[in-house]
Amino acid sequence: MIPSVPRSRLFDGLYLAYLVAFFIYLALPLLVTAVFAFNDAPFPSLPWQGFTLDWYLADGEQGRTGLFHDDGLLSALWVSVQVAFWVTLVSVALGCFNAVLFERLQFRGKELLYIVMLLPLVIPGVILGVSILVFYSGMANSVSMQWQIELDLFRPGLPLVVMGQVAFITTLSTLVIAARLRKFDRQLEEAALNLGATPIVAWFTVTLPWLLPAIGGAAAMAFLMSFENFNTTVMLTGSDTPLTVALFNRLREGSTPVLNAVALLLMVASAVLALLAMGRSRPGH
Amino acid sequence: MADANAATETADLVCDRLVRRFGDTRAVDEISLSVPAGSFFSILGPSGCGKTTLLRLLAGFDRPDDGDILIRGERMNEVAPNRRPVNMVFQHLALFPTMSVADNIAYGLKRQKVAAPERRRRIAEVLEQVGLPGMEDRNPQQLSGGQRQRVALARCLVLRPTLLLLDEPLGALDLKLREQMKVELKHLQKAFGTTFVYITHDQSEAMVMSDQVAVMRQGRFDQVASPETLYRHPETPFVAGFVGDNNCLAGTVVAQDDGQVTLDLADGSRVRGMAASPDLQPGQPAQLFVRPESLSLVATTAAGEAALPAQVVTTLFDGANSRVELTAAGQVLFARLPQDGSAPSLDAGQTLALQWQPSLARVFAGAPA
Amino acid sequence: MTPGAGRLSLALLLTPFLLWIVLLVLLPHAEMLRVSFQVRESWDTLDWGLTQYRNFFEEAYYWRTFLRTGLMSLFTTALTLLVAFPIAWYIARLARGRSRGVLFLACLVPFWASELVRTYGWMILLRESGVFSALLQGVGLADGPVEMLYNDAAVIIGLVYNGLLFMVVPLVTTLDGLDENLVEAGYDLGGGHLTVLREVVVPWAMPGIVSGSIVVFMLTLGSYLTPILMGGKDSAWFTQQIFTQFITRFNWEQGAALGVLLLVLSSLMVWLGLKLTGQSLRKVMG
Repeated sequence: MIPSVPRSRLFDGLYLAYLVAFFIYLALPLLVTAVFAFNDAPFPSLPWQGFTLDWYLADGEQGRTGLFHDDGLLSALWVSVQVAFWVTLVSVALGCFNAVLFERLQFRGKELLYIVMLLPLVIPGVILGVSILVFYSGMANSVSMQWQIELDLFRPGLPLVVMGQVAFITTLSTLVIAARLRKFDRQLEEAALNLGATPIVAWFTVTLPWLLPAIGGAAAMAFLMSFENFNTTVMLTGSDTPLTVALFNRLREGSTPVLNAVALLLMVASAVLALLAMGRSRPGH
Repeated sequence: MADANAATETADLVCDRLVRRFGDTRAVDEISLSVPAGSFFSILGPSGCGKTTLLRLLAGFDRPDDGDILIRGERMNEVAPNRRPVNMVFQHLALFPTMSVADNIAYGLKRQKVAAPERRRRIAEVLEQVGLPGMEDRNPQQLSGGQRQRVALARCLVLRPTLLLLDEPLGALDLKLREQMKVELKHLQKAFGTTFVYITHDQSEAMVMSDQVAVMRQGRFDQVASPETLYRHPETPFVAGFVGDNNCLAGTVVAQDDGQVTLDLADGSRVRGMAASPDLQPGQPAQLFVRPESLSLVATTAAGEAALPAQVVTTLFDGANSRVELTAAGQVLFARLPQDGSAPSLDAGQTLALQWQPSLARVFAGAPA
Repeated sequence: MTPGAGRLSLALLLTPFLLWIVLLVLLPHAEMLRVSFQVRESWDTLDWGLTQYRNFFEEAYYWRTFLRTGLMSLFTTALTLLVAFPIAWYIARLARGRSRGVLFLACLVPFWASELVRTYGWMILLRESGVFSALLQGVGLADGPVEMLYNDAAVIIGLVYNGLLFMVVPLVTTLDGLDENLVEAGYDLGGGHLTVLREVVVPWAMPGIVSGSIVVFMLTLGSYLTPILMGGKDSAWFTQQIFTQFITRFNWEQGAALGVLLLVLSSLMVWLGLKLTGQSLRKVMG
């Protein structure tokens, strides 16, 4: 069980085998996805037909359209980036406010509000999407019927997607930033005041620099979560589809190696973003 | 105090009947004090006595409910902490972890809008003074406990404050380093000539460094005096027991003659000491304090009537601080065992007698708390 | 801070919080609840009623799917816990130095890909024309293509895969804080492997187990892509029915009722999980 307690050789062997099997299980789906992005065949399956970059670069002249010439996927990618940008901005800003609210201020009903703040974590994403659809789209419908005013903002579309994602990503960014703020020594702010800083200056010169790694981490997380989200997004999307929804629609038509190419690109981009966020947050710990 | 007014005029810090209440308890209860410029003033008390509250009132992190705080004659009650000519070394130092040593020290200078070249010069100078030359670019986390201590001091001293407050800054250091820093703090204070107000629960820190020590208990000062006066002439039983090692014998007053009091202990033996409370009346309960080093051990056969018979419980060897634990009249006592070969060899259960000069013992009215 | 400034900063910070939680969470859910009790008499007349809920109980298709989704989610959660625990134990207690960080990172890597990509990977592996099928034929274990996709086992493999990270991380965090002396004391006082596991390790890891299980259960119950893409013709998932009502049939009232039912089920399970193990949501999630 622990290094200091003797174990049998058999147990150790089995344990090791299990570990290896586990990590193969983890890696396998991603590995095949990545590999088939370069298979010179119109369908992502064995046998291996040789290496090609067609699924990224082909311009459609030989019947193959690579990712970089696929306008549908590229515009979906751009939509996703826009959505993720706004979601990151709003949910990290809200996360900062919420963290200060719950870590620094004392007020009646704080415990209850904290539980309410956690709620989006235990609501399935589909339900979050559905409820926002019902409320805002329903409101737009009623307003349109009653007063003939069109509230297009509240029809399924990108603003609604952003709202749906902010609903639950804010909870996560709040938790990340609040955890860091909780470790902040209040005496540092007093020390700043004592050395002549006003409360505002103390906040910007001492507290905010302390929070920055967490804010960066929360932003990276929010961006990834938004980019990868499907369940909430699919309920709220309109004519401009974000990448995950576009990929899903393509997949239902049948899989092509272009999908593998997109998947690999996404994995690499996410890995870079995640490693950057982790690298940034490490010195602070 | 005839020179009280004269002292107030040259004082850097004056508190006048300062009160801070938390609910029904008075954490600071009508405290008045006056700290002369350039002196090292300590406030010594057990935890929970209100010393930290008092310090926070001085720094401006808390407001007094009553009374006045004057620094160089200016009333500070309404002044925000960032506008007071007071700096503080925090208990856990509160060095900014996101800044280098130089940035930590520069923090206050930037707030005073000191220009960059001048800042650099003063940082280098103060680091030199605290014995950390060339450490500007280090991260506080990379430094040892003693070095961090000095950076915290430098960060305050570079601003040339009227008053430096220190909140038990040595508490986190290990014993050896603490001994070293005590001496060094005292030297630094002399070198800078800044007025230090130091709070601690460690009587040795207060005694070694201070010009004046205030012993604080339950929001009030029991006694304010020089370390030596506190040690030799404690004015209350609390000070007698808190400052330095002491033995306490409870008994009943039988006679008082020209300041010398005779007490009757539970087993009928008689002991003598100097009256430290006014009007000690015969028949009153009283307690006698006598320091372990004032006791001398004599064989029972050679003892006169002024000796107190005692039984040896055990000896506690600790180099120069070696002591013997005894019981006398049902009470526990410690006596110092000189290590120059003059102490008799002692066995557990052995009976001997304790003697002391009555002028070295202090008698207070009342039973021990 | 003066009381006035305190009230001002409270108001300034409470406003964004309330805007977010009320406008994006509380009001929409209240509206969904309201709509679920509306009955559409004709295109422009509405009435209150329980029609949608009656439909749910009368149509075997609805409540069977509901039950199936709940049970399979429970099973997936338990399986994920079993799979993840030895891994978390190894990372937290047995791995040393660099390998520890590397293994932990390896557990996170699959989650830099979205659920869709992960599911797609499994499809490439398991389907009739997939990698496993080709390999089996290649070594001669199968004569023709083998279909391993589109059944419940495939769905569970995919769901466990999706949940692993959310189980491993809280487990590693709690097991990391376990004092090895406690385990040693367990053996020293005469306990065997199982006794120590049951009496010392599991009670200590309980907050991690509960928080991991809650998150995995929630994710599984609410998952959409994996059951749809990897499940067979008769392995319907409840989220799919909600989607169908809203997007395909435009029957918002029925969809809202199904949504409320799913929300009730998930809240009930979370609440039960917390009650049975004596944990609180704040401790487990915050």
